[in-house]
Amino acid sequence: MKNAPGTSGLILEEPLLWEKGKKGRNGMSVAESDVPSADLPAELVGDGPDFPDLSEVDVVRHYTRLSQWNFGVDTGMYPLGSCTMKYNPKINEKHAASPTLASTHPLLTDGQCQGALKLIYELQNHLAVITGMDSVSVQPAAGAHGELAGMLIMDAYHRDKKSKRTKILIPDTAHGTNPASAALCGYKPVKVESGKRGILEVEDIQRLMDEETAGIMITNPNTLGLFEENIQKICAIVHEKGGLVYADGANMNAIMGIVDLKKCGVDILHLNLHKTFSTPHGGGGPGAGPVCVVAELEKYLPVPRVLYNGSSYYRDYDQPDSIGRVHGFHGNFGVLVRAYSYILSMGAENLKKASQYAVLNACYLKVCLKDHFHLAYNRPCMHEAVFSDKKQLEHKVSTLDIAKRLMDCGFHPPTIYFPLVVSGAIMIEPTESECLEDLDNFVEVMKTIAEEAKEQPELLKSSPERFKVKRLDETRAARQPCLCG
Amino acid sequence: MRYLPHTEEDIKEMMARIGVTGFEELFPTVPPECRYQGDMNIPGPLTEWDLDAHMEEIRAMMQVGPDYKILVGAGCYHHNIPAIIPSLTSRSEFLTAYTPYQPEMAQGTLQGVYEYQTLTARLLGVDVANASMYDGASALAEALLMALRLSKKKNKVAVSKAIHPHYRQVVEAYFRPTGFEVVELPYLEDGRTDLSVLSGDTEFAGVALQSPNFFGVMEDIESAAATVHDAEALFIGTFTEPLAFGLFKSPGSQGADIVCGEGQSLGINRSFGGPALGMFGCKDAFVRSMPGRLVGETVDLDGKRGFVLTLSTREQHIRREKATSNICSNQGINTITAAMYMAALGGTGLRKLARLNYDKAEYFKKELVKAGAKSVFSAPTFNEFVMDFPDGFSKKHEALMDNRIIAGIDLGRFYDELKGRYLFCVTETVSKEVMDTVIREVKK
Repeated sequence: MKNAPGTSGLILEEPLLWEKGKKGRNGMSVAESDVPSADLPAELVGDGPDFPDLSEVDVVRHYTRLSQWNFGVDTGMYPLGSCTMKYNPKINEKHAASPTLASTHPLLTDGQCQGALKLIYELQNHLAVITGMDSVSVQPAAGAHGELAGMLIMDAYHRDKKSKRTKILIPDTAHGTNPASAALCGYKPVKVESGKRGILEVEDIQRLMDEETAGIMITNPNTLGLFEENIQKICAIVHEKGGLVYADGANMNAIMGIVDLKKCGVDILHLNLHKTFSTPHGGGGPGAGPVCVVAELEKYLPVPRVLYNGSSYYRDYDQPDSIGRVHGFHGNFGVLVRAYSYILSMGAENLKKASQYAVLNACYLKVCLKDHFHLAYNRPCMHEAVFSDKKQLEHKVSTLDIAKRLMDCGFHPPTIYFPLVVSGAIMIEPTESECLEDLDNFVEVMKTIAEEAKEQPELLKSSPERFKVKRLDETRAARQPCLCG
Repeated sequence: MRYLPHTEEDIKEMMARIGVTGFEELFPTVPPECRYQGDMNIPGPLTEWDLDAHMEEIRAMMQVGPDYKILVGAGCYHHNIPAIIPSLTSRSEFLTAYTPYQPEMAQGTLQGVYEYQTLTARLLGVDVANASMYDGASALAEALLMALRLSKKKNKVAVSKAIHPHYRQVVEAYFRPTGFEVVELPYLEDGRTDLSVLSGDTEFAGVALQSPNFFGVMEDIESAAATVHDAEALFIGTFTEPLAFGLFKSPGSQGADIVCGEGQSLGINRSFGGPALGMFGCKDAFVRSMPGRLVGETVDLDGKRGFVLTLSTREQHIRREKATSNICSNQGINTITAAMYMAALGGTGLRKLARLNYDKAEYFKKELVKAGAKSVFSAPTFNEFVMDFPDGFSKKHEALMDNRIIAGIDLGRFYDELKGRYLFCVTETVSKEVMDTVIREVKK
């Protein structure tokens, strides 16, 4: 296929760690003792775990080979909708790994770690400015953790108001974590269906919101990549009934410098630093999920708060209304260093450009692909566009087949089968990192795949063929779980 | 800006194709009243070189740098990290990949996590370990919630007061909206947990003990597990220092039903307390109630071995509000880091390193006692212990700062009754010379 970056290469086999090595090898220096050997409490002494003994070379080759079976943002385009797989700058890694910050013990006194506290304090302020919100805590360790912190704040708020609320409104376009986070706080999710336009309609909120409902969890732009145009009216209705508006900021990359979330009526917002603020996803984590609130809710933020008294930075534990602590220490500080470094590298002007370009790229892909793939909602999209396999199903080719074929062509597939409201969804989020040539290559490959779906569907069904393994049997993995070697 | 590839020409071409004439037209659905007014008031943009200079200023504000000897653990430990770890973990095929939702192009992450799960299960003595949680504290909160799910009708759990105080605070925050009760178990004179409150009470869903506990004391897990099981509760073993299981019996092998804790010791930087690694495992029978991601072995179309995310019917993206947890990630690169560290050490190395930690701490403890300090708890400890100084220690603690030594931490900030008693930590990174410097100061 012309222009497709995917081609074949040498793939090396590599066994599991415990299938190699030999007793007596070692892969790490351990010093000889400089103190006398002490008596051991015999009743507590065990045999130690059955780990393989490997040399340093064994370990290095093992992980180098494993890494070569992976595909990352640095490998190629990764248009995974809702995940914002933008470029992860190397300079951020350098600063996070600097010995001074990387070796900092979390229980140093405030005076001993002013630099780390200043970085947290300034990051809090920058995130407040970017979102329009008043106060921020960077303690939550992930998006879903920030969501939980947000729901704990909502719970604390209603508790203080002595208002017993049992339900929460959650649109059908929400992330799956939303209902799970709400359930941890004892709220029963009430599903709100998105209307014909793919967004929430004011009448539905009017009908569903009542004084037993704690509030709404809303994602804006939503998971269809559409801006919730009625956000202000929706927030007003929720507020009128004494509820709070929690916004999932997973899609913040579309709106930096463009939308002010506080003006929209949002009370609580979480961010994903590993999406919008360029920190690496690490094959699943760690990320960071700061929680941002309006001034009225500041007193509920997790402790310790990191504050500044005009001459020095300090941790404040004396917050009687706080929801308490959600992390063992200060959250994922190493991730915070990367996001801080990104924000300063970009500045206000480039952060806004990043959002503009992210939307430009998505709109471009939408226009280029809409004649070849069914577009779920033909409306102005933000940073991602949702297609489906409706046209290809005529040839018995599904979204999964399209995704697997894309892999052989050298692209990571988009998010598939999400959001659930679109059957066979193909959710494409190119991000601002992709240049025009790469977008055009992707378009050409997608068009070719659409042709292949008609003419040689078997090719798609037998994909992928260029990886270490062919399609894997996920049913067998779940039916006969083998979770430990 | 070097991260933004578009040229003016590209933008023009793309806009023409889309049918707009400016960026403003790309946002027709954002109502005017929701718009951001003016420019965002944040500094930058900084060039790479200006950023370096700015970050150097921040580092210069750190009074305590990497040249200090910090004899403090308390949930965050200084261990040597071999050079292969930063070198391998910075391979961007690992670092810049997402969750392995497309398993054929993520076998590196998947096999790496499967190996992590296996080594973790062996270390903790459990049947199965998950792909990790955020940190030790949230892992404990999730373990207690899991015990409540498994017990169905029970409404309370018990946690030892000798569990890391921050962990107990996180449990409190997670539990506040639930209506479940958290009972605190006091500690005895020897530093171990007093389980007497359990006698005759079968209403606890789960009971959690940390070992080594916050005082460094090894709990008698075997007998504690038996007591807890007699009370018809699940026994949760937690930890902040997994290196101890290289020398001492693991909680799983002593009867713990769920084992969870912090894995930062296994090759991960302290980094002001995060990102860390919540390790989590349990007995086979409880797997379907376990929170968190799992990687499992399977085969491909040709029957070749491969790995996938599995048992996701427990998880939020399928089960939504009925999920075992809201967690939808794991500590990814930190699980690979911990597995690399365990692999590099090997069984033989782990034993030797654990013994070294033990011996050093024992030496320090004995010499401090000779110098006039008193060991506060009598039960065996691993690499941390609590000391009392009849003549006070705070001035000496301060004086030792001149030698770039942070000699322990006053427990008064965590326990009123332990004010003036110091928790010390000694790992392989602390030389005899450094310990002797502290001992000399105590003798003065």
